[in-house]
Amino acid sequence: MTGPEPVVLPAVSVFGLHVCIGENVIVQNVSFAVPRGAIVGLLGPSGCGKTTLLRSVVGIQPCTAGHVQVLGFPAGSRVLRTRVGYVTQAPSVYPDLTVLENLRYFSAALGMRGWRREDAVVRVVKLVDLAEYADKPVAWLSGGQYSRVSLAVALLGSPELLVMDEPTVGLDPLVRRELWTVFRRLADDGTTLLVSSHVMDEADHCDRLLLMRSGRLLASAGRDEVLEYTGCETVENAFLDLVTASAALQAAGDRAPVARVPAPLLTDESADADRPYFSSGARC
Amino acid sequence: MLTTGARTARPLPFSMGITTATAGRVLLQIRRDRGSTALILVIPCMLMVLLKLVFHDAESTFERVGPQVFGIFPVIVMYLVASVSTLRERSTGTAERLLTLPVQRLDIVLGYSLAFAFLAVLQATLSTLLAIGPLGLDIKGPAVLLMVIAMLGALLGLALGILASGFARNEFQAVQFLPAGVLPQFLVCGLFVPREEMHGSLGALAKVMPMTYAVQAAAEAAAHEGVTGVFVRDALLILGCVIGVLMASAATLKR
Repeated sequence: MTGPEPVVLPAVSVFGLHVCIGENVIVQNVSFAVPRGAIVGLLGPSGCGKTTLLRSVVGIQPCTAGHVQVLGFPAGSRVLRTRVGYVTQAPSVYPDLTVLENLRYFSAALGMRGWRREDAVVRVVKLVDLAEYADKPVAWLSGGQYSRVSLAVALLGSPELLVMDEPTVGLDPLVRRELWTVFRRLADDGTTLLVSSHVMDEADHCDRLLLMRSGRLLASAGRDEVLEYTGCETVENAFLDLVTASAALQAAGDRAPVARVPAPLLTDESADADRPYFSSGARC
Repeated sequence: MLTTGARTARPLPFSMGITTATAGRVLLQIRRDRGSTALILVIPCMLMVLLKLVFHDAESTFERVGPQVFGIFPVIVMYLVASVSTLRERSTGTAERLLTLPVQRLDIVLGYSLAFAFLAVLQATLSTLLAIGPLGLDIKGPAVLLMVIAMLGALLGLALGILASGFARNEFQAVQFLPAGVLPQFLVCGLFVPREEMHGSLGALAKVMPMTYAVQAAAEAAAHEGVTGVFVRDALLILGCVIGVLMASAATLKR
């Protein structure tokens, strides 16, 4: 993937992000960019810092150091609140209200009124295919439907960037495929999607991958680039390969250098010195 | 700093539309949960009946204690409801989600306050009507003053509940804050022993506890015709306290 036009800022650019919670380093010196209109998969084992990284992008994670810029603004800016949608890992909607009531309330929270509000509600209900259950309390729905309600809420404001924390984990394969179809449709319409998962298979649906392990970024590149670089058939093996390599690199730190060690793969176009969008004050 | 268009000009710390939408949503949730609603409305009435029966042979004691509990029961009932429901909002992640939207902290706190204040009006009306009607509680001042006290008490409980939910990690802790924070007020408010007869330090303690003023105002309404200066002062003190606690609880909501 090559950048379409140099003028377009990446949807997300993260530079030197460090997050510590107490004594624990959760995210360590992470830099990457997410091009607009792409589906980017953030993959890594549970507890590797994916959620923290996503929270930093949404701007609700107090970060220790680094810059996070979203759509040209510091993460968490007031202007971004209607332009970035965030789907948390646990579906955060009101279980005692119906699907429609939830959507009506959240659209009011987005500042929508009257017909625009009804329009938005109808649009997202169709988008996530919940019309049949619109009048049912969310608590009565199955797990998959439940998380689709949460997704629908995030889609209400037609966000330019959609940040999703493990939206497909624990769902049955059919529902998962449906969701990925929805994601692809959104991306085709120009929405940028940043999706996390600990299931490496999900990489097949993504344009670009961010591979992460214990708070460090192993790769930020196109899916095919990752496979080509590591010479592996599957992303799972590529991931393992990169993990071994980075472990070797760390072990080699002060001893004799190991012969062939692939360094983390970072192919962001933004990795040049001339980065105007990192310069304005990111709020950290 | 970037200036980002006219929309970022900071107006009020809350927006009318979002606040009322929040209040509407909370009321909808309360309506769904019929059991809790019934409990909120019926418990103070039930306690009043119980009180009447306890003091069956001591009419004068009922005349003294009856109005005072109007400053106490609503605090406890509303504290429980408010702390648990706002804690649920925080722990399910919906509060956090709301704060990633253009919702401000006060929208949430005021929305909850409006919704529960509505419930408090119903509760206060019911228990006042019951007390001065069937239970024959005789007060010198207008009955509406008892309602005002019950309302203020409910608001106080609500505000304390929202604040406690900011410090509680789970429902157990929120409920434990009741004996820790509300029952001491109950003990020193002058219901059991007149405040003048308490040990000096306790008297001073009572003076800084908002429930004391609710109880005092209720006694004032029962003992005098019309609205007295002490009643107005106490009512304003409680209201100020409610506003202060609500502000503090808005600060506990973090992005």
